[in-house]
Amino acid sequence: MAEYSAFSLLKNALTGNKDWKPAWRKPDPKASYDVVVIGGGGHGLSTAYYLAKEHGITNVAVLEKGWLGSGNVGRNTTAVRSNYLLPQNTRFYEHSMKLWENLSHDLNYNVMFSQRGCLNLAHTPAQLDDYARRGNAMRHLGVDAELMSVGQIKRLVPALDVSGSARFPVLGGLMQRRAGSARHDAVAWGYARGADRRGVDIIENCEVTGFLRDGGRITGVSTTRGEIRAKKVALAVAGSTGRVMQLAGISHMPIESHVLQAFVSESLKPIINTILTFGMGHFYISQSDKGGLVYGGDLDGYNSYAQRGSLPIVDEVMSEMVALFPGLARVRMLRSWGGVCDMTMDGSPIITTGPLPGMYLNCGWCYGGFKATPASGWCFAYTIAKDEPHEFNAPFTLDRFYRGLIIDDKGQGATPRLH
Amino acid sequence: MLITCPYCGPRDVIEFTYQGDGNRKRPQPASQDLDAWNAYVYDRLNPAGDHNEIWQHSGGCRAHLRVVRNTLTHEILSTAFARGGHKTESRS
Amino acid sequence: MSPRRAETGGRIDRLRTIRFTFDGAPYTGHAGDTLASALLANGVTLFGRSFKYHRPRGLLSAGVEEPNALVTVLRGEVREPNIAATMVEIYDGLVALSQNRTPSLAWDIGAINQLGGKILSAGFYYKTFMGPAIGPLKGTRFWMLCEHFIRRAAGLGKAGTAPDPARYERMNAFCDVLVVGSGPAGLMAAKAAADQGARVILADLEAHFGGSANWSSETIDGMPATDWAQRTVAQLEGNDNVRLLPRTTVWGYYDGNTLAALERVTDHKEAAAKGEPRQRYWAIRAGTVVFATGSFERPLVFPGNDRPGVMLAHAAERYVNEYGVLPGQRVALFTNNDSAYRSAVALKKAGAAVVAIIDVRSDVSNEMRRLASEAEAELFAGHAVVATEGGKALTGLKVQRFDMMGGALGGDARSIHADCLLMSGGWSPTIHLASQAGAKAEWDPARQAFLPPQPRQRWIGAGAFTGSFSTAEAIAQGRAAGLRAAGGTASSAPLPAVEAAPGDPDPAPVFEIKAEGKSFVDFQHDVTAEDVRLAHREGFVSVEHLKRYTTLGMATDQGKNSNVPGLAIMAEALGKPIPEVGTTRFRPPYTAVSIGSLAAERFGDLKPERLTPMHDWHIANGATMCSAGLWYRPMIYGLAGETVEQAYVREAKATRESAGIVDVSTLGKIAVQGPDAAEFLDRVYTNMFSTLAVGKARYGLMLREDGLAFDDGTTWRLGEQDFLMTTTTANAGKVMQHLEYFLDVIWPELKLTVTSVTDEWAGAAIGGPNARAILASCVTGTAVDNATLPFMGIVHGQIAGVPVMICRLSFSGEMAFEVYSRAGYGTRVWEALIEVGKPFGLVTYGLEALGTMRIEKGHVTGAEIDGRTTARDLHLDWMLSKKKPFIGSAMMDREGLIAPGRLQLVGLISLDNRPFNGGAHIVEDLDEANPHGSIGHITACCYSPALGKYIALALVEGGNARHGTRAFVSDPLRNRFGPIEIVSNHFYDPDGSRMHG
Repeated sequence: MAEYSAFSLLKNALTGNKDWKPAWRKPDPKASYDVVVIGGGGHGLSTAYYLAKEHGITNVAVLEKGWLGSGNVGRNTTAVRSNYLLPQNTRFYEHSMKLWENLSHDLNYNVMFSQRGCLNLAHTPAQLDDYARRGNAMRHLGVDAELMSVGQIKRLVPALDVSGSARFPVLGGLMQRRAGSARHDAVAWGYARGADRRGVDIIENCEVTGFLRDGGRITGVSTTRGEIRAKKVALAVAGSTGRVMQLAGISHMPIESHVLQAFVSESLKPIINTILTFGMGHFYISQSDKGGLVYGGDLDGYNSYAQRGSLPIVDEVMSEMVALFPGLARVRMLRSWGGVCDMTMDGSPIITTGPLPGMYLNCGWCYGGFKATPASGWCFAYTIAKDEPHEFNAPFTLDRFYRGLIIDDKGQGATPRLH
Repeated sequence: MLITCPYCGPRDVIEFTYQGDGNRKRPQPASQDLDAWNAYVYDRLNPAGDHNEIWQHSGGCRAHLRVVRNTLTHEILSTAFARGGHKTESRS
Repeated sequence: MSPRRAETGGRIDRLRTIRFTFDGAPYTGHAGDTLASALLANGVTLFGRSFKYHRPRGLLSAGVEEPNALVTVLRGEVREPNIAATMVEIYDGLVALSQNRTPSLAWDIGAINQLGGKILSAGFYYKTFMGPAIGPLKGTRFWMLCEHFIRRAAGLGKAGTAPDPARYERMNAFCDVLVVGSGPAGLMAAKAAADQGARVILADLEAHFGGSANWSSETIDGMPATDWAQRTVAQLEGNDNVRLLPRTTVWGYYDGNTLAALERVTDHKEAAAKGEPRQRYWAIRAGTVVFATGSFERPLVFPGNDRPGVMLAHAAERYVNEYGVLPGQRVALFTNNDSAYRSAVALKKAGAAVVAIIDVRSDVSNEMRRLASEAEAELFAGHAVVATEGGKALTGLKVQRFDMMGGALGGDARSIHADCLLMSGGWSPTIHLASQAGAKAEWDPARQAFLPPQPRQRWIGAGAFTGSFSTAEAIAQGRAAGLRAAGGTASSAPLPAVEAAPGDPDPAPVFEIKAEGKSFVDFQHDVTAEDVRLAHREGFVSVEHLKRYTTLGMATDQGKNSNVPGLAIMAEALGKPIPEVGTTRFRPPYTAVSIGSLAAERFGDLKPERLTPMHDWHIANGATMCSAGLWYRPMIYGLAGETVEQAYVREAKATRESAGIVDVSTLGKIAVQGPDAAEFLDRVYTNMFSTLAVGKARYGLMLREDGLAFDDGTTWRLGEQDFLMTTTTANAGKVMQHLEYFLDVIWPELKLTVTSVTDEWAGAAIGGPNARAILASCVTGTAVDNATLPFMGIVHGQIAGVPVMICRLSFSGEMAFEVYSRAGYGTRVWEALIEVGKPFGLVTYGLEALGTMRIEKGHVTGAEIDGRTTARDLHLDWMLSKKKPFIGSAMMDREGLIAPGRLQLVGLISLDNRPFNGGAHIVEDLDEANPHGSIGHITACCYSPALGKYIALALVEGGNARHGTRAFVSDPLRNRFGPIEIVSNHFYDPDGSRMHG
């Protein structure tokens, strides 16, 4: 019988919920592992899970400097979508989407993935053409996409101002119906439990302080809980990539760390039943199952590791929200927080072998890492196990920048804050 | 965050545009050293701590500034014109 | 007067009756009442329903931390959900509704969830609703089916869709000292700083300054504390350097000692006065902040602690002393500390029967025993409350002997009849803002509380905020903080004397009484002590896991009531001290902030409307405008009954046959001036500009540093050291910033300046076979013939007496001229041109016709220079000078940028004579049912009047090699499929004979 089910809930309720096991063990680190994954966030945990599940590699430790899931997997706005322009991105994120669609069953953990759709609003004819280009690109890769008229949009989101008198009237939108949102923490916990049950050691409060080397080869890590040797050391520390790579002696990366703020309102009865993005600024919003409006906007726009945001972005995000939803002016923002994003030079991620022997690198998720969690771990596990990338992550190399093989979905060039 | 523009005085961050890592060295225009060009365009020092940065006072005098700022605390340590000249130390 | 309202006491005005409704029922209260105090005075005990179990709930508190009594306030159709009744000041006509109940507060069908009991434990969602792995409900379907109902059951209040007509205002303020909180500490700090001459802002979230002085029953300077507070406020009011902000919640502490605050200006009024905003958002840059934010009383966790009638002890003091309302007739108190004895005396004085004081401590001090006698209360030392009784209102409670060391209960339970149970679990300093400012709070084992961290920004604490809970300490610390913040020296002047009830500030370390029944930790979210222990059992033991797994502290009170008790229960389960479980770092906002206030008038600021000098003319002459970035531009000048296509075809055709005129004022214009201007342009453009003769213009291309195409436009040499650069409309700002960066950072040695002059000039482009004749008939001061004004030549003259600069260049492919005049004269020149053009049949044309003619010519715009294309992709490699380096030259030939199979610019012709759509894709093998194999996409399309065909520009893989081949347009989004021919992008007049004339 599955560990988690309606039946097990009932059974445990009858015994006063005394028999539930920890979702994951709290083991002490062993002296060595086949694979050490640095970073107990979504990507590190899913990597460990797929190493065990897909490749039978279970002598694995995941090292987390704080509490599990304390990074961006627990700080994002939970959107899951595969509505990209460029085929390299679309193929990868669509693979992720397919994993998402069966993730709760796979993990026996309800990650509450709800395919409520993601609607990008267009406000100029040129933008509508851009979205059509993107939607058609998706359709030619077998990914669902459709254009919505203003009338359809109004029916879907009655609270939205679609009047012609808006500063930027809505002309239409691009909808991916299979997109949606999930419960972010549950994704971390579900992967942690899944990896743990397959034998992976998840070690919290274990910060990597240096790398062990044999000649040029990485052979392990030193940590606040002692030295741990490993045949392979994999980094999945988006948000801290610069810091951890520095420990390995690599001072420069095609990455800047930027703060992205997110906001949640007080709980409301359902009012927005899809994910919605504004086309003339950087604003997105959805509503959680608890009823909070979850929304965000642009990066603060400067290097930061501080996980705290600045006031001008707060104002800008709220102003865009009221422009779209004039009826929500009296709704109140309950909580705001910041997450540190690895912003790359083309807005696309890096999943690769190297750059040092014995090292594997997964980083550069900009602010789209959450939706990538399943495919990122799946592809990274493949890359670690086989010492070569899967075709889904083959484009996401570190050397693509030098070679001019950039994957620039927004066309902004090497200005990370604009991706 | 308040940034002290040497020309305009302390101003809110909203008036400024971030122009990134100030340690980057652009090769000579005629240089054919592609690795140096690539490093200049794509590689960034991204420290958790004090960082040399370029900011433009785009909502003010439009001068570019060299700013030393801490990326953990957002404290501004010094600002100076990128062209050289006047410098303001502000760590207390 | 209602039985619960005392004859005297409080600051309410008993002579002023206020009428309001709650859930449709009419009530009255008095001026000065909150919704909570007024309803309480009317005998209301049931205020709300909890989030998960829909349990009936009453008032827990009297202030901002209220988790239970949330209401929706209606102003006509405009709804404001989730407002604490304790923070709503009543006004005549107030309409308030309870929330999260169907059909009514008293009878709520959602209460059925309580039957779920232990199944609905913390985290139960994660363990179920996954549904079958196969069959029609596989994947996410079963969950989404369940979720549909869960979403409806969840949520608190209902938001409205009617636009909020209220005005919100933003204010930037600067001060030397910002004092947050106006209790005795805050008042002293403000006074001390103000006396030093500092610019002071004093903010308090309550309507009345004074804080605890307003309800403490203490005396200061020989007068009731509340009078002392009002006297001090009056002294502050007289100072020019002091700004008093009541009803103002300081909610955020940002970098650079910038604090954000929300002032509720008219929420307490029936109607706003003329010009008054509803709320005012303050961004305060403070030299130093003094935190005098006080502390929160903590609930105790015991079975039935959520029953309506169970309230925080100090809240009852507030209802009695501030509003003259008795929360009950027979009152019991349950405490782990001395402060509740003071509350007991206050209740007794106000006329309640204090039937019992239950203290978990067996060694209650003599002073407290004396206070218990003064309250005529039976003292149960070494006892605990183990149950409460009653339905939607408390009727009684059970107490049992309690051993503080092991937490064991013993002896027989004794029932006590009471309609109100006050509890005090100790006090937590209100350190939220200090925590936001960056450092970690520190646990004080004596106070059993987190004390403020060491400051990282410029703030000073005073009073209960620091864990000093006596008023005398608050007064001393407040004055010291105010002096220090203002840069003054310590004062030896005597401090106001305080007479207060005695009491030890340290509580017993008891947070929970373990007995049968549900003991609530987070009231709103229905998180029980058992839920915390379940989280422990399942390994969710760090403070953040505890929060996220159980949702403890995630409710609208953000853990103000539940945080420390929850941590304490987890710490006990772990067998660790509380600080090892972790401390929550508080995030903005301190209390929820209306989104309208944050948006306050900003949308227009951040997204200004840009209008060309001829904008009004376009509107008056029938243009259909469209957005182009921030600009508005004419799309077409449609005639009655015309479709968009008919209009642009007419406009383009007329231009090619005779002449047309278009407003090009939106083009970016940058003056590049100085001795090194030509050298600079050689570096930033791919082609040469130093060789350009004065009085001539040249088309230029810029690359980014990475070698990709950036922007194009013509640059005019007006003098040896004087150039006027034009950019695309969309990239004007980016190009300007790009140039400034290079001048300031890379090449500071170059002597030149760049100046944005976009808004200085009005531009009209007039083109067509008759364009020259039209110009000739109105331009004075210069000839415009081929010799005087050759292709790419520039002349100066006048039109209608207005100096103009004319450059002969062409985007349309016709013989064409751009006429620039000072922006203020743009319309005059425009009208003059139109007037003289009439005999020639001159038409005005908009963006659609402009686009049509550029597509016919195969010119590129932002749709093709999309940040991913190179000069070679766009057939602009002829512009890449080999004689000099330029920005991007070293990087443009990297492997990936010259790879075969890149998307290259081509033309397309529709072979089924049907229109194209922008964003359609191109395929070699058509498969309508299962589109695949895209080789490119359409960037721009139109009906070409010149060719009589539907044509398009497209970026196609290896496009150069495909000229003359056939393919298909595949546009599944709009169900448009059909055959096409791939051709050169130069559809029309490829050798340029028309424009060269």
